[in-house]
Amino acid sequence: MLNFSRLKIGFIISSILFFFYIFLGNFNFINKTNLFLDKKVNLGLDLQGGSYLLLEIDMNPLINKKLEEKAVDLKKKFNEKKLDFKNLNILNNKITFEIKNSSQKEIAINLINKTNNDENIFSRINNNNIENANKDFVYKIEKDLFILQFNEEYIKRQKKDAINQSIEIVRKRVDQLGTKEPTIQQKGENRIIVELPGLTDPSSFKNILGKTAQLNFKFIKTSNSSSDNLGFEKVKNKSDGLFIEVEKRLIVSGENLTDAQPGFDRETNQSIVSFKFDNLGAKKFANATKDNVGRPLAIILDNEILSSPVIREPILTGSGQISGGFTVEEANQLAILLRAGALPAPMKIIEERTVGADLGKDSIRSGIISFIAGFLLVFVYMVYAYKLFGIFANISLLLNIVILISVLSIFGSTLTLPGIAGIVLTVGMAIDTNVIIYERAKEELKIEKSNIIAFDIAYRKSLLTIIDSNLTTLIAGIILFYLGSGPVKGFAVTLCVGLITSFFTAFTISRLMVSKYLMANKDKIINI
Amino acid sequence: MTNFNFLKYKIFFLFVSSFLVLASIILVFTKGLDFGVDFKGGTTIEIRLEKKIEIENIRNSLSKLKINNYSVKEFGTVNDFLISTDNSISPNDIKNFIEKDLKEKITIRKVETVGPKVGSELIKSAIYSVLLCFIAMFFYLWFRFEWQFSFGGIAALFHDTIITVGVFSLLGLQFDLTIVAALLTIIGYSINDTVIIYDRIRENLKKDSTSELSNLVNESLNNTLSRTLKTSGTTLLSIIAVLIFGGEVLRGFAFAITFGIIIGTYSSIYIASPIVMFFKVKRDWSVKVDNTP
Repeated sequence: MLNFSRLKIGFIISSILFFFYIFLGNFNFINKTNLFLDKKVNLGLDLQGGSYLLLEIDMNPLINKKLEEKAVDLKKKFNEKKLDFKNLNILNNKITFEIKNSSQKEIAINLINKTNNDENIFSRINNNNIENANKDFVYKIEKDLFILQFNEEYIKRQKKDAINQSIEIVRKRVDQLGTKEPTIQQKGENRIIVELPGLTDPSSFKNILGKTAQLNFKFIKTSNSSSDNLGFEKVKNKSDGLFIEVEKRLIVSGENLTDAQPGFDRETNQSIVSFKFDNLGAKKFANATKDNVGRPLAIILDNEILSSPVIREPILTGSGQISGGFTVEEANQLAILLRAGALPAPMKIIEERTVGADLGKDSIRSGIISFIAGFLLVFVYMVYAYKLFGIFANISLLLNIVILISVLSIFGSTLTLPGIAGIVLTVGMAIDTNVIIYERAKEELKIEKSNIIAFDIAYRKSLLTIIDSNLTTLIAGIILFYLGSGPVKGFAVTLCVGLITSFFTAFTISRLMVSKYLMANKDKIINI
Repeated sequence: MTNFNFLKYKIFFLFVSSFLVLASIILVFTKGLDFGVDFKGGTTIEIRLEKKIEIENIRNSLSKLKINNYSVKEFGTVNDFLISTDNSISPNDIKNFIEKDLKEKITIRKVETVGPKVGSELIKSAIYSVLLCFIAMFFYLWFRFEWQFSFGGIAALFHDTIITVGVFSLLGLQFDLTIVAALLTIIGYSINDTVIIYDRIRENLKKDSTSELSNLVNESLNNTLSRTLKTSGTTLLSIIAVLIFGGEVLRGFAFAITFGIIIGTYSSIYIASPIVMFFKVKRDWSVKVDNTP
């Protein structure tokens, strides 16, 4: 194993040069002239400071809302056709109702089939067999009891749409607030990771990301409330905390907004948000205000009445303003929320990790110090234990670090504090490969006269052991990679990459040096 | 080469190790572990004051704040403190309140908030990954050697992991995700020594199928002793550097690995190898000719 063809030597040297080239690109002061690649190791949030937020979307309200809409629709249709029914409920994601007269069963089925505006036609479950399983809504009849629910596939699709839409809106909101290089990505089926490097006080982000921002315009219940509406609901008033009855009928919602800007009303000395509807919204708003002059309107944000202005004259321009006793900051946030749009479902922040820039700098420093200390300790020990061969091992160790950093740069990996610890640890582990070989060589030298043969056997016999020992640590590292997030993942990455590169350096670079030395000193008594 | 009789006291060491494992398990179930926010949920805030201040003052200040669960401890330098609470109050509110109350300037260095749901998920995935690691090592050893070796290796790993966790319980050190990362690293690394020894046992078994098994195992242990100590030693050197210089964030992690490497080296010699003997590993390692059609 000590023979190297010219081709192999050429390969080893050129690969070292290649990795050096990548490695040097990491240093700004060297790369001023853009001579090197602009591929760098990214610093993790724990090193550069920043905020990590994990958001979770609660899908239940979304499905519930769809069911409610369906129920309202059914009720309306049943009443129109004078179908006698009772006990119409929504429970456990199912709509149930009973018909009073069994002979009306066919009429009910017919009516159900007619409520198919955006979903496909309902399909019927008979004895647990679904006919037309690809329909979005399914129903089941037990005597006079009807059970209706959404198809699993449909719910899955709704959830997928909701998360995609949420990610878009989160991205818009984050962009509106402005921060450098945010990353937003999906995790699992209902979570979103938001990483905000450099941000040390995420409170404004937290305020904005946790809001659904569903804006609704409805009328407050008055004596002249029309009778054909969908009933009333109680909504909390923001200013005094009291509950006010408003009509369920929606005039127009935030979906129809095209713009929203924070402003200041000089007459009332208040921060306000002015908004503008799109064509459809403006038309809806104009129609509603035309017929209801003198009635109070409720501007509702996430089930809270922000303000309840009385309509003095029809609003035909499609623009208006909300004054809700806001601070400047609140008006700003509301404008951002309205511009970015409403989330399809409520979202909560379930995990936050924020590191200040100071701590990040301290961590970098202690990481570098422990790296240097660890490296020196191992370096000195190797020279003490194996003399010249120790130096060979150390050179290869140093190159191992260079290669490790360049591999991390090529992949654009993120370096975290535990990641630095991982590098230091691989210094200690990488040298094991050389120790195993040298110890074996020591043994073989006792039996074998020829230096070259002794080392050759040592390399040969150690190979499998070394693969074994690296592989077990690698397996643990890979498991760790899937367990961890952020900092811990960074550790797993440096550990795994470090082990692989150490295997490469030990069997190329340090073996090449050992072989060249032995060829030149065939008969010398080796002091190892 | 050394010529120790490692196996002379094997019963004694097996007894000591069993005792330590048992004691660790009892400790974990009685005294428990100081779970960090990762696992139990809640908020921790690391703050730095510009001047030195008594920890009591911060406690007093917090007690006025009507929050239910809180604790304060010193963290690294004298000006740094770690406040742990539940998620009912925002870190900024705590900071502003203490600043006003103590009339000192405070900077928040780090905030970690973990919801209860995430916490229980992290516990689950931590346990799964440690178990998965054990299973992977078992099959690896089985594949490379024989089942007797698998049991020996796994027993040693089990021993290392349990005792390390026990020490965390005993010393009341914080147990969080980084410690689980350390445990996985220990599992992956401390099996190395065992593999080196097993490799040699097998090599010696192939060479000599007549001598007493205990002699062969003992010889293998002596053959590999210098290697075992040196490989563990260099890794120890590097992790000790992290333990000393790595700062407060990495201390628990580095401590776990340091301790784990030491106990892992011990268990490779005194647990993994004797167990292979007890299971009576097969003696005939000559290559078999497969006659089956």
